[in-house]
Amino acid sequence: MNIINIEHISKIYQVGSEEVHALADVSLRINKNEYVAIMGPSGSGKSTLMNMLGCLDTPTSGKYEFTGVNVSQMSDNELAKIRNKEIGFVFQTFNLLPRSDALHNVELPLIYAGIPSTERKERAAQALIDVGLGDRMHHKPNELSGGQRQRVAVARAIVTNPSIILADEPTGNLDSKTGEEIMLLFNEIYEKGNTIILVTHEEYIAEHAARIIRLKDGFIENDEIVASRYIPNFKSTQDN
Amino acid sequence: MRHFVFEVRESLMIALRAIRANKVRSVLTMLGIVIGITSVVLMTTAIKGIDNAFQSGISALGSDVLYIDKWAWFGNVDWWKLRNRRNINMDHYEKFKAQAKLPLAVAPVINSRQTIKYGDRRVESVFLNGSTSDYLATTNFTFDLGRFYSEIESSSSRYVAVLGSEVAKNLFPLGDALDKAIKIGGVNFKVVGVLAEQGSFILGSFNPDNQAFVPIGTIFKHFLGQSFGSITINVRAQTPALVEETKAEAEGIMRKIRGLSYHEENDFSINQQEGLMSNYNQVVGVIQVAGLFITGLALFVGAIGIMNIMFVSVKERTKEIGIRKAIGAKKRTILGQFIFESATICLLGGLIGLLLAILLSMMVEQFLPTSVQYDAVILAIVISLITGVVAGFAPAYTAAKMDPVEALRYE
Repeated sequence: MNIINIEHISKIYQVGSEEVHALADVSLRINKNEYVAIMGPSGSGKSTLMNMLGCLDTPTSGKYEFTGVNVSQMSDNELAKIRNKEIGFVFQTFNLLPRSDALHNVELPLIYAGIPSTERKERAAQALIDVGLGDRMHHKPNELSGGQRQRVAVARAIVTNPSIILADEPTGNLDSKTGEEIMLLFNEIYEKGNTIILVTHEEYIAEHAARIIRLKDGFIENDEIVASRYIPNFKSTQDN
Repeated sequence: MRHFVFEVRESLMIALRAIRANKVRSVLTMLGIVIGITSVVLMTTAIKGIDNAFQSGISALGSDVLYIDKWAWFGNVDWWKLRNRRNINMDHYEKFKAQAKLPLAVAPVINSRQTIKYGDRRVESVFLNGSTSDYLATTNFTFDLGRFYSEIESSSSRYVAVLGSEVAKNLFPLGDALDKAIKIGGVNFKVVGVLAEQGSFILGSFNPDNQAFVPIGTIFKHFLGQSFGSITINVRAQTPALVEETKAEAEGIMRKIRGLSYHEENDFSINQQEGLMSNYNQVVGVIQVAGLFITGLALFVGAIGIMNIMFVSVKERTKEIGIRKAIGAKKRTILGQFIFESATICLLGGLIGLLLAILLSMMVEQFLPTSVQYDAVILAIVISLITGVVAGFAPAYTAAKMDPVEALRYE
């Protein structure tokens, strides 16, 4: 089943008197339970594509169907609802609320979804246990290590059972060992049947995915299935 | 609905967390509102106090008493016309008293300002009130000591005096005024009574507390000639409901006594406390508007402070707004969050201001009998909430319409 169906999308920014074509006539389909990496150098349009896929932005022209619904003409509030229910974001800089503890950070999307307090707390706690932070629920972000912060962000992304998980350079601010741990977490999530879209410029991170889409100057340069993807398997380091 | 409750609760939590995170800034911001609310509440309370003082003062005059006078207390009759009116004399009073059926009591009154002495002590320029023993029935006087002068004392113009409480206090600090001989304008009088405290400071020398009462004949004999000056006839209706009827009767009788034909205007005025009231309300109305305007200005400055800080806060928390939007916060939610925060700061400031105002009004109470009323409390809370919402709206709107992509990129 198609989760994402993009047809001839383009995005044009007006910078001064110049028009910048961040995306030019991109078409793309992503199915359920795919693990896709989007790669490209800076300026290739991968951030723009990610914003588009994450319903943070709308295309200048073209059509974007998300789970069969056309979202390219939706209002800000409708997009907010889609982001809340269907998309889980993981950012390079974690983007946690600094004054809230881990549990509250994970609860946040459920609050916006209008889930009652008890159910909300249970689900948020379960998500934190799933990412291995069952004993850190009441720590604030500045009391957690980088890897732990990113785990909180992952818990926040999966707590709503979204249709896709969209990760933008999720290991960019982590050392390679911690990065590998996060990739291991993504692998687990993928194996549970979730759809993951990973935006990165690191080849060795992209190799975790089952499909790699390469962008250049706003075009899709290459879209290939990885014959044998790299499967992380050092589970023993997970609890460090 | 359930959704709405969540959002409100979440907004409240966020607001409190943000206020706690920036304690010094929040307190400084609140200060403007604290000062604004304190001044508004104090102003309202002071106005209420003056009002109460006046009301209780004026009720000492009695709402059911008419004052038939050559002079009109208020109104738009020219001064020279009033001046040219014939005096009202004792003869008019006698005839009026004989013919009027409705009044409870009728008394002639004439005034003079005299110095009163007892030994070394003296009170200058006391409002000396000359009347008959019926005068007591036109008032609501009560006595600390003694009694009012009697009918015999008044009809035979004996040298007896009743002192207002303030005058008595000044002449006899020990409270032993009774039966003492005092000098009024150089003439010996015996004190037969001292009034209990009646009115309030607001009436000045019209306050019975600052007056002295003597039989009318003594005034004519020593302080002014009978041909000089016009008397006032105080007329008290039997009940407040009969005031209008009594007034109509009095007007008819006076016209007859004064020999006015039907086409001539009244050459006398029938005054009432009511006139004093409306005049007072005009004056106080101006004070109220001016006072509330000035205090409102303080509040306005406070509101601008809040708005300023909220703009800073929104700017500072751009990233947070971006995160919230990415996770699914709607425009409305963000708008609500910041308005809520501003309202919470203002409400806290308002409550502190209210507390301050209550403490300050306890000090004011030394001079002015007043206290903070329930309506002032409600006013303070409502005003601070409205201020918070109004001041918070523009910053909150800026936050709500931020582009999530831009906001997330903000460092």
